[in-house]
Amino acid sequence: MNLNEEAKRIMAISISKLYSSRTQRGGLRLHRSLLLSLVMRSARDIYHSVQVLNETAEQQHTVPCEPQETVIEEPMDTSTDQTVPDVSIESTETDPTTDEEADIKPPKAEDGEWDKENRDWAQCDRHSRKRRGKAAAEPEFLPSKKARMDTEDDRRVGVLRSSNGNCCRSVEILTQISVPSAIEAF
Amino acid sequence: MAGAGDGDDEVQWCFSQVKGAFDDDIAEADIISTVEFSHSGELLATGDKGGRVVIFQQDPESKSQPLCRGQYNVYSTFQSHEPEFDYLKSLEIEEKINKIRWLPQKNAAQFLLSTNDKTIKLWKISERDKRPEGYNLKEDDGRYRDPSSVTALRVPVFQPMDLMVEASPRRVFANAHTYHINSISVNSDNETYLSADDLRINLWHLEITDRSFNIVDIKPANMEELTEVITAAEFHPHQCNTFVYSSSKGTIRLCDMRASALCDQHSKLFEEQEDPSRRSFFSEIISSISDVKFSHSGRYMMTRDYLSVKIWDLNMESRPVETYQVHEYLRSKLCSLYENDCILMRCVHEYLRSKLCSLYENDCIFDKFECCWSGDDSVVMTGSYNNFFRMFERGGRQDVTLEASREVSQPLMVLKPRRVCAGGKRRKDEVGVDSLDFSRKILHTTWHPHDNIIAVATTNNLYIFQDKC
Repeated sequence: MNLNEEAKRIMAISISKLYSSRTQRGGLRLHRSLLLSLVMRSARDIYHSVQVLNETAEQQHTVPCEPQETVIEEPMDTSTDQTVPDVSIESTETDPTTDEEADIKPPKAEDGEWDKENRDWAQCDRHSRKRRGKAAAEPEFLPSKKARMDTEDDRRVGVLRSSNGNCCRSVEILTQISVPSAIEAF
Repeated sequence: MAGAGDGDDEVQWCFSQVKGAFDDDIAEADIISTVEFSHSGELLATGDKGGRVVIFQQDPESKSQPLCRGQYNVYSTFQSHEPEFDYLKSLEIEEKINKIRWLPQKNAAQFLLSTNDKTIKLWKISERDKRPEGYNLKEDDGRYRDPSSVTALRVPVFQPMDLMVEASPRRVFANAHTYHINSISVNSDNETYLSADDLRINLWHLEITDRSFNIVDIKPANMEELTEVITAAEFHPHQCNTFVYSSSKGTIRLCDMRASALCDQHSKLFEEQEDPSRRSFFSEIISSISDVKFSHSGRYMMTRDYLSVKIWDLNMESRPVETYQVHEYLRSKLCSLYENDCILMRCVHEYLRSKLCSLYENDCIFDKFECCWSGDDSVVMTGSYNNFFRMFERGGRQDVTLEASREVSQPLMVLKPRRVCAGGKRRKDEVGVDSLDFSRKILHTTWHPHDNIIAVATTNNLYIFQDKC
């Protein structure tokens, strides 16, 4: 659907802008990162809402399935306490493993190992704010890290780095990113 | 339209001068990042991405000149800021000059504050047109004389010399900002000034560099809850206890330093309720205020967001008294996936694919335009794309779009009003929205404090226009 793809495209653009702003001279710009994350969040909400709308429309034309599936069809990571904009269709928090199984459109460039990496990451994000193992979270194409002091800011940067590791991936995984964590880089 | 001086006659703007080379290949260091007239208007300072400050001085008026006002010529050039490296955070600190603010003149020397992302510097610009000559112990070129050759004494005297303009850093105000400085503003008390970054505003004394007072702090305890940042701040022109700061959410807060040491609680909050019918996907970005300026009178303030300029009366917080659309035709170029109440029901629009977020993709939506008042507060000016700039007469009487271009760079050439065709049939002299050059933008403009002279910065050129006299 047009709207769906546009939302995906905006999210991909936003992620790539966030990623490229890391390498900009002068460092990350807080204002710009905030605006990018706002756009990304809106696109993510639209994407999810469109998904839900599609699935609801489809359901009306098909034989009702097992009740379990209707729950699974609304993946949304609401692990943070951010005020999610009201949408016309209520979304529920689901277990990330069931998200993984029930994705209608499976991620395009995936292999099983990559999914597992991101699934584990999403779980970590939900329950713990510990710094993730960098080796596990960072794909190879990211530039090598510079030495950093272990400050509060660095922990946040670690989070951003992890989320930016998904910058080229499909949106279904992107939507599990906690958007405000992009701002945590500061 | 009228500026300073005649109230009724329409002002015609003419080209006066252009500074900078007309190269197709622009060096990034030459990109102008700030422009500011001094309080008398005699000096005009520019800062660029390379950390340099160039000051132009107006020649004294002369009847023999074709234009009745003196031209601006280079007075002083100096390197204000150098690139630095923050070793603790492994971050490079850009040398780009974000803002220049002049201090009111107190003696023969001129003073200005210039700032990059992290450090503010106070510069003294002074003239030297005499030098002492006739020392007893050394020659005029500095070499020491053999004491045994000194047979008589003389008194050194000052002799005239070629004018030399010296710029020296008198104060360096550093290490007070974690985030990027976006504004500085000198207080009317001539002793203090403020500097603002994304989350904090600090108050400095011009004489004291090793400490500053934090007067505004909007950093949340948990950065995940961050929803807005400070985008600009300015002191009131007459009340030394009052300042305003604007936010990325489109609000302006007026604070009174007499109320408390930390001005987190505003005295006034200026916010216009968003029109729900205009809500679009990028509403939050385009409502971010990029500049705020008090009028010279101190009664009004002007804010600039992405598409409009708003004039606020300080006595009314609920809405601006005047709103001017700068380039409303760009609204359709924003991605509008998002309608107000029912986000999905009216969702499929064919035009979306063609106009999809072009301004978001090419980063233009993040451009920070500045705005300025004329000397008598009767006209406001701001920049746009395609090297266009807009002037709006107060009271909504007239507005005009002019262009700073190489084609209109002959002295006395009158600027012709330009028009942008938003849609439909394009007339002969109009420019279509899709043919606008978004790489040529005017972000920085300034108006002479007493006269109808304006300085408009394109990417790397400074245009000076004045009214026809």
